[in-house]
Amino acid sequence: MSTARSCAILLGKELRLEFRTRELLSATIVFALVIVVLFSFAFDPTAAESRRYGPGLLWISFLFAGSLMLNPSFARERLNDTMDALRLAPISPFAILSAKMLANLIFMSLVEVVLVPVFSVLYNVSLAGVVLPLILVLILGTIGLTVTGTVFSAISSHARLRELLLPLLLLPILTPLLIAAVEATASLFVEQPELDRTWVALLAGFDIVFLTASWLLCDYLIEE
Amino acid sequence: MKARYAATILVAGLIFFAGYAALFIAPDERTMHLIQRIFYFHVPSWMAMFTALSVAFIANIAYLATHKPTWDSWGVSAVEVGVVCCTIGLATGPLWARPVWGIWWTWDARLTTTFILWLLYIAYLLLRGLLDDPEKKATLSAVFGIFAFLDAPLVYVSNRLWRTQHPQPVILGGSGSGLDPVIGKVLLLCVIAVMGVMILVLIDRYRLEQLRREFEELRMEYETLNLEPSSIGKERL
Repeated sequence: MSTARSCAILLGKELRLEFRTRELLSATIVFALVIVVLFSFAFDPTAAESRRYGPGLLWISFLFAGSLMLNPSFARERLNDTMDALRLAPISPFAILSAKMLANLIFMSLVEVVLVPVFSVLYNVSLAGVVLPLILVLILGTIGLTVTGTVFSAISSHARLRELLLPLLLLPILTPLLIAAVEATASLFVEQPELDRTWVALLAGFDIVFLTASWLLCDYLIEE
Repeated sequence: MKARYAATILVAGLIFFAGYAALFIAPDERTMHLIQRIFYFHVPSWMAMFTALSVAFIANIAYLATHKPTWDSWGVSAVEVGVVCCTIGLATGPLWARPVWGIWWTWDARLTTTFILWLLYIAYLLLRGLLDDPEKKATLSAVFGIFAFLDAPLVYVSNRLWRTQHPQPVILGGSGSGLDPVIGKVLLLCVIAVMGVMILVLIDRYRLEQLRREFEELRMEYETLNLEPSSIGKERL
């Protein structure tokens, strides 16, 4: 079976599992909302201020939500030892890893689809006219987050205290992504929005570096 | 064993002389005066850190390629030594920055990069502590080590584009840069001395890791023997 086909089947499995209960998605969305609301107490969300803090707050809430949401990705497989079954199947390790990455990308995008409009309303940030470039920044940033996050979720699933360990491994690695995503988003939230290409290039570079690294190293992540 | 004692005595002499040279032989800096002398240990500690972390990166790749436990020992030893060098750099930096810049810390590209590197490699050591199976520990920490090392240039570039305040490189730093010849010589001596200390500690740390590994294997062997009374009995007979 080709990698693409086995990946598609595994992706279907991941989505079916999640949409049976939707527990992971609903919990993550609520968590991200809680962060957005809490920030409004930490910083005064008046219009001018929110333009300055807004992008940072938005990405911090995605990063925190992501670092919690990605935890069960591999830990779930350990519950019924289904990882062994996946390993026994005649599919490449990259198919297993990329199916999980794609599933997480879809979950994270759904969280963002809910959160961005809510954020725009609560913080009085107008999205009119910047929707398409904003989607580009969100997609590039989310790819970086889910690629590294899924790899680290595979690493931390073997460790003790894995719920605490994953953010510890993931968040420092994501520093360049956070800076680039926040700056790119900030360039869209000003009076005359114009997408800053440098930061988009950096986001794309981050995605390419870590996607390549995880493709090269996935054998070691999946093996027992 | 003899070579080890000789190397230790040599490096101890070097570091002592380097300290003397940095304090008394190097000329006074025009604007910063005494506090500038911290640079003779600040700069070498960064060079030692980058060397150690590069050794760790190579060891991580070599471990994944060969699965030889010795490479894992090199990896963890180099990361530990690198973290210590990084801590020295992060401690001496603010001591210099406070009188010269007027602040202890600033979110400049170099400072942020090394701070993030410090956090990443501490996470590496924590990860090792939280993985029980020795083989899993070696493989997964090697993967994480490679990711962490790949992240360093990205952190640097992103911060560089964002804001920067650290003094530009004085050595090989383009026009207008350059060192007084005496300062250059003292700095070179300090670099050699600090590198010497780093390499000595790294080799000792590697030996310790190998001894730990050996001890762990012997202990496992002993425990399995204990679980099977018949084999013990056979030995006694």
